[in-house]
Amino acid sequence: MTQTPSQMPAKGDPRIRIALCIFACLAIVPPLLSLVGLDYYTSVVTRMMIYAIAALSLDLILGYGALVSFGHAAFFGIGAYAALFLQTRGITDFFLHLAGASLAATAFALVTGAIALRTRGVYFIMISLAFGQMAFFFFISLSAFGGDDGMSLSRATLFGQELLRSEVTLFYLVLVILVVIFGFLCRLTRSRFGRVLIGTREDSLRMEAIGYRIMPYQMAAYVISAVICAIAGVLIANQLQYVSPTLSSWQRSGEFIIMVVLGGVGNLVGALAGALLTIGLEEALARFSEHWKLWFGMLLLAVVLFSPGGLTRLVERVSGRITGKGDDR
Amino acid sequence: MSTLLLLQVMNGVQFGILLFLVAAGLTLIFGIMDFINLAHGALYMVGAYLMATFAATTGNFWLGLALTLPAMLVLGLLLELGIFRKLYQRPHLDQVLATFALVLITSELVKMIWGAAPLNVPMPESLSGSVPLAGPMRFPVYRLAIILAGLGLALGLWYVIGRTRLGMLLRAGASNRNMVSALGVDISRLFTVVFAFGAMLAGFAGAIVSPILSVDPGMGDSILILAFVVIVIGGVGSVRGAFIAALLVGIIDTVGRIFGPMLLKMAFDPAVANQLGRTLAPMLVYLLMIAILCWRPNGLFGRSHAK
Amino acid sequence: MSQPLLEVTSLRKSYGALAVTNDVSLKVFPGQIHAIIGPNGAGKTTLISQLSGQLAPDSGEVRYDGEVITHLDMAGRVRRGLARSFQLTRILPGLSVLENVAIAVQARTGSSFRFWQVAAQERALNDEAMACLTEVGLGPQAMRLARTLSHGEKRQLEIAIALATKPRLLLLDEPLAGTGPEEAEILIALMLRLKSRVTMMLIEHDMSAVFQLADFISVLVYGEIVAGGTAEDIRNHPKVREAYLGEEEEGT
Repeated sequence: MTQTPSQMPAKGDPRIRIALCIFACLAIVPPLLSLVGLDYYTSVVTRMMIYAIAALSLDLILGYGALVSFGHAAFFGIGAYAALFLQTRGITDFFLHLAGASLAATAFALVTGAIALRTRGVYFIMISLAFGQMAFFFFISLSAFGGDDGMSLSRATLFGQELLRSEVTLFYLVLVILVVIFGFLCRLTRSRFGRVLIGTREDSLRMEAIGYRIMPYQMAAYVISAVICAIAGVLIANQLQYVSPTLSSWQRSGEFIIMVVLGGVGNLVGALAGALLTIGLEEALARFSEHWKLWFGMLLLAVVLFSPGGLTRLVERVSGRITGKGDDR
Repeated sequence: MSTLLLLQVMNGVQFGILLFLVAAGLTLIFGIMDFINLAHGALYMVGAYLMATFAATTGNFWLGLALTLPAMLVLGLLLELGIFRKLYQRPHLDQVLATFALVLITSELVKMIWGAAPLNVPMPESLSGSVPLAGPMRFPVYRLAIILAGLGLALGLWYVIGRTRLGMLLRAGASNRNMVSALGVDISRLFTVVFAFGAMLAGFAGAIVSPILSVDPGMGDSILILAFVVIVIGGVGSVRGAFIAALLVGIIDTVGRIFGPMLLKMAFDPAVANQLGRTLAPMLVYLLMIAILCWRPNGLFGRSHAK
Repeated sequence: MSQPLLEVTSLRKSYGALAVTNDVSLKVFPGQIHAIIGPNGAGKTTLISQLSGQLAPDSGEVRYDGEVITHLDMAGRVRRGLARSFQLTRILPGLSVLENVAIAVQARTGSSFRFWQVAAQERALNDEAMACLTEVGLGPQAMRLARTLSHGEKRQLEIAIALATKPRLLLLDEPLAGTGPEEAEILIALMLRLKSRVTMMLIEHDMSAVFQLADFISVLVYGEIVAGGTAEDIRNHPKVREAYLGEEEEGT
C-alpha cells in the first residue's frame, strides 16, 4: 500500500529511462565530436542543454502549475545581466554569479508574482508578457551595458581558475547542472509540494475545498522556476560570452513555450527533449537553408495540427500501438 | 509647450487609431472564438507589403489600396478555412504554438519575396500637405486622414455590432456560443466572416501606415504585442473597450516618450532624468495595463467570465 | 436542546435586484441531518457556497461552533471542520483515487512545503486515505485514475475526500444528482452510516431520499425559508405543497 499510479514520473517510469538515456548520450558527445574533428559542435550542444534547463523551469509552472508564463525570458535575461553586472564589478566567481542571479530572480519573481498570480488564464498570460516586456525595455535602457546592442563579457572563473575557457569543461559543467536540476524537479514534482501544485492544476476550487490556500504554493513554484531560469541565463552569458536584451525578448519567451509544448507539458522529460530537439533542429536547418525559420515554422505547424500533445503523446501513441495498449485519455 | 502637447496628443490619437484597427479584429476573434491569434500582427505586415507592391505596380496609392483590401480578405478566408478552423477546439497552448509557427513562416516568406531591406510607399499627392494646428504648429494631412478613416471605421463597426443582425449574433456569440448555434445560425460561417474581416482590418491598418513608416519584416511583431495589451485593457471581446484602450495606449505611449523625460527633469538632474526617462517611457503602457488589471481584472469593458 | 453547530442569522445575498438569499436564518444541531429542499433556482447552491466560504454574503452572520466565520475563507473553514461536496463532481481527474483522498489528508497533517520526500510513499497519508475509501466502499478502486470512475463512484469519491478533511459538519450539494437507483441506494446507506459521526446539511431533489434521511427539513423558495420542520410537518405544510411538492407531482 505504498505505491500509487499517477502522472508523476517515478522509478521504473519509461520517461525516467528516456531521460537517463539522453543524459548518457550527452555525456559522450564531446569525446565523440573531437574524435571526428567536429569540436565546434560541442558549444552547440552546450547551448541545447542550457535551453533545456530554461525549458524545465518553465515546465514546472506551465505543466505542473497551469501557469502559462509568456514572459519567462525575463528571468533568462536577469540571470545573464546579473552575471554581466558582477563581472564588470570584478566579481568573476561562477558560484557568486549563480547566487547573484538567484537573488535578483527571486526579487523580480516575488514582485511580479504578487500581481500576476492574482489573475487566471489569458490574463495571466498577458500580465506575464507585460512584465517580460518591462524587463526587456529595462535592459535596453541600460546604456552602461551597451543598451540595444548588449555587451560582451569573459567567462566566469571556477574555484579561482579560468577553467571555463575550455568548451569541454563548460559542457560538462552545464551537463552536471542540467542533471542536478532535472533530478531535483523530478523529486519536487512527486513531493507533497508537487502534489499540491498538480492538484491545483487539476482543480483549484477542489483544493480550496479541502483546506489549501493555493497562492503561497503557486508563488513558491513561480520563484523556484524563476531561479532555475536565471541559472540558465548565467550559463548562456558564459557560453555566448555576450549579453544582450534579446535574451529576454517576447519571442524568446515564445520559444520556451514552444520547447515545452512541443515536447509535451507536465512530465519534465518532454521539456528536456523538446528543448534539445528545438535548438538542434534550428541549428541543423540553419546549416541547410538560410530560410530555416520557414521550414521550422512549417514543421511546428504540422506537429500542432497532426500530433496534439507533443512528442510525449506521439511516443506514447506509437508505443501504445506496438504493445497493444489503448488510449485511456 | 501646450501646442507641443496638442501635437503629441494628435500623434498619439493617430497611433491609437492604428492600434484599434489591428486590435478590433483580434478582440473579436479572441472574444467570440476564444482563439489566441499571434499571427494577427503578421497580417498587418502582409497588408503593408501588398500595399507596397500594388502601389508600385499600379503607380497609384488608391488603386494599390483598392487591390490590397480584397487580397487581404481572400487571404483571411484561406487561412481560416485551411488552418485556423482546425484550431478552435484546441487548448490555448496549441493555438499559441500554431500561430507562432505562422508568424515564423510569414515573416520568412516576406523576407524571401520582398527582401529584408525596408520598403517605402509614396504618399498620395492629395494628402501630402499639412494643416495649421495651433500657432506655428502644423499637422500632416495624411495623419489626419488616418484618424478620420479610423474614426469612420470605428463608427461603422459600432453600427454593425450594435444595430444589425450580424452584430447581434456577434454579441450573442461572444457571451454564449451554444446559444447562437441554438438559434440555427451556422456558427462556423460566422467565424469565417469575422476572421476574414479581421484580417482585412489588420491589412488595412498596415496599408495606410505604409507611407509614414518603413515597411519591414519586424513591423508585425511590435504592433502585435501592443494590440494584445489594448484588448486586455479594453476587455477581451469588447470592440468599444478596444477603441478606448487603443486611444489610451496610443496617447500615453506617444506623449510619455516626449513629456516623461521633461517631467522627470523637473525632479531629477538631467543625466538621471534621461536614464530614467529612457527606462520608463517604453514601460508606460505595460504599467498602465498592470494597473488597470489590478483595478478591474477583466479589463475596462470585460465581462467577468464564470469559469 | 444542545448548542447549534451551525447558526445562520439573516443572511442576504443579491445579484442586482435579484435576491438569491433573502434573510435566511437557520440552525443545524449536532448529529442531525438537516435537509434544504426547494424548487430549481431557489438559491440552494448559492446558500451552500456562502456557508462554505466560496461566496461572500452581502450581510448577515454565519456562526460555526460558537465562532463567527462569516469572513473566513474556504480553506479556513475546512480546517475548522466545515467541509463541502459539489453539485457538479469536482475531483482531481488526473490523479489516482487514493491520491485524491491522500491529498486531503495531507492538507491537515503537516506542512505541504516539503520538496524532496516522495508524497506517494508516505504511509500515514496512504493508510488514512485508504480508510476513508474503504468507508465509502471504494477500497478496491484505490489505484484507478480518478477520471476513469463511473459517475456514482465519483460521487462516492467526493464524499471520501470530504471525510478525509475530518469534518464535523458536511455540506452536501445534491450528492445523488445524476445517479441511477442502485448508485443512489449505496450513497443513501453511506450517509445513514455516517450520521452517527458527522453532522450533515444536505441539498437534495430526491424527495424519498430526503424523507428517509433528514431529521429536519427547511424549504427554500426564491431565496427565502418558507417552512421548516420534521418530514411529517413538511409533507403536510400547505405552503410547501403549493410551492414545491405540487410542482414535483406535476413533474412526475
